[in-house]
Amino acid sequence: MQLTNRAKQVSSKEMTLAERIYLPAIVTGLGITIKHFFKKKVTIQYPEQKRYLGPVFRGQHVLKRDEQGRERCTACGLCAVACPAEAISMVAEEREKGEEKLYREEKYAAVYEINMLRCIFCGLCEEACPKQAIYLRHDIFVPVFTERDNVIYGKDKLVENMNDRYLRTAWTKEEALHQDINDLTPQPRIQL
Amino acid sequence: MLEAGFIIKSLIILALFGLTLLIATYSTYAERKVAAFLQDRLGPNRAGPWGLLQPIADAGKMFFKEDFIPSQASKWLFIAGPCLSMLTALMATAVVPFGDSVKYTTGPNQILTVPVQPIDVNIGVLYIFGVVSLGVYGLMIGGWASNNKFSLLGAIRAASQNISYEIPMGLSMIAILMMTGSLSMGEIVSQQHGGNWNIFYQPLGFIIFITCAFAECNRTPFDLPECETELIGGYHTEYSSMKLGFYLFSEYINMFVSSAVISNLFFGGYNYPFMDSVHQFLTNNLGAIAGHNVATLIGTVVLFGKIFFFIFFFMWVRWTLPRFRYDQLMNLGWKGLIPLAMLNIVLTGGAILFLKPLITALLK
Ligand code: SF4
Ligand code: SF4
Repeated sequence: MQLTNRAKQVSSKEMTLAERIYLPAIVTGLGITIKHFFKKKVTIQYPEQKRYLGPVFRGQHVLKRDEQGRERCTACGLCAVACPAEAISMVAEEREKGEEKLYREEKYAAVYEINMLRCIFCGLCEEACPKQAIYLRHDIFVPVFTERDNVIYGKDKLVENMNDRYLRTAWTKEEALHQDINDLTPQPRIQL
Repeated sequence: MLEAGFIIKSLIILALFGLTLLIATYSTYAERKVAAFLQDRLGPNRAGPWGLLQPIADAGKMFFKEDFIPSQASKWLFIAGPCLSMLTALMATAVVPFGDSVKYTTGPNQILTVPVQPIDVNIGVLYIFGVVSLGVYGLMIGGWASNNKFSLLGAIRAASQNISYEIPMGLSMIAILMMTGSLSMGEIVSQQHGGNWNIFYQPLGFIIFITCAFAECNRTPFDLPECETELIGGYHTEYSSMKLGFYLFSEYINMFVSSAVISNLFFGGYNYPFMDSVHQFLTNNLGAIAGHNVATLIGTVVLFGKIFFFIFFFMWVRWTLPRFRYDQLMNLGWKGLIPLAMLNIVLTGGAILFLKPLITALLK
């Protein structure tokens, strides 16, 4: 299989004089590097400049609610079991009478915490969840931490806000290509 | 009027000393920028506008790092190493002419002329060679005193490399000395008046000289003394904090000195084409003294332009070429450059003996 057309046959021939005095090769090399000197730089200056990382980028977690605004998570703990980094911990609670509007299942997570320093954003929690409750959203980055107190994200940060629901815009590159790739606002294409 | 001359001289020396340090400081910044640009990156751009405060931040960092001396190291030599490196690096600029001369009046009809050159000794070239070859002691002592195999190996490499490359460097110089008939830097430069630069007579000598200059500065492709892939850090493996900073810094000063010497020996120093008409124009318009001083200033600026180009060239080469293998380095030095330099001497001698009378006869 050929990847590029730049493959060269290795030869053990005597070097010619021009090759042996190095200088022509050095001059060619200098020419190549100076061309790069004036090229447009490819750097993306991260905190100021962000780029769209694709529809399936794994960013910050979100604990989904259903259409009626009830939390989907049932605190089964499967995500915590699946998590290779042991980043998730939770405390389960039974749903009381009158809380049916808040929680979809009879058991719910009273505390649900992800340690973002431990998390490696592998997305296995997302795979494991039987209730489609946890997702890694593609549009929010977990920021760089400077304080240790900030690294554990609780339900306050994770549970979806009904006024600003997280809807994944596309599931594949091809789908995403049909959209404006610089548009980071979620478009209601596929309902979770 | 010794005093006025003395003050002006001191001012020139101080200014050049400060300038050397400043240029070396910003060479570290330039190196990172050039490296980045050659690799399609942007380089440091966070500290200050365009990252201009980066060298200061680096120096601050160096000062606040733990200053570690290995327990088995020979303490005083360990400290002496970087100091010596720095000292020899700073000494070399003493005989480099940085401009023509400054004129000033000391009284009615008394005009004093002071060359813009810290000291014009008549063995300037020898002095530079002496000081530069002293520089290897800094590396040698540092590597030896660290009591570490890698440091020692790096130091030995540095020593043998510097000694080997001093020979072709000196030989390529001899061709220039044959042409100018003087060892004084000031004299060599003033003989290249206008566009009459030595590079046009000594292209081979120039190539040999600049190659050796790279080796003397321990810059890629000859940076074997600090060859990270084989020797961790070479002679400065055990160094930390500002002692390491001194070693790195002296490399940049050496680069500046080499660039200055190259510009002076081969590229006419402060001379540039049509400098006479510029001088004429300025003296006509500004008066004899002020005009001369401004012309000198222009010459100095031109010289610094050349120096900066060579510093850039050092960096450009560093980020283009890979490192030589050690045996290749030695082969190139002893079997390649030394015979070439000797050939160059013979050619120069032949040219002086036969070509010069011929050309003068033809011109008559
Ligand atoms: S993304 Fe991976 S590491 Fe992070 S919480 Fe989920 S399972 Fe754990
Ligand atoms: S997020 Fe999903 S897997 Fe994790 S506890 Fe809740 S329901 Fe179970």
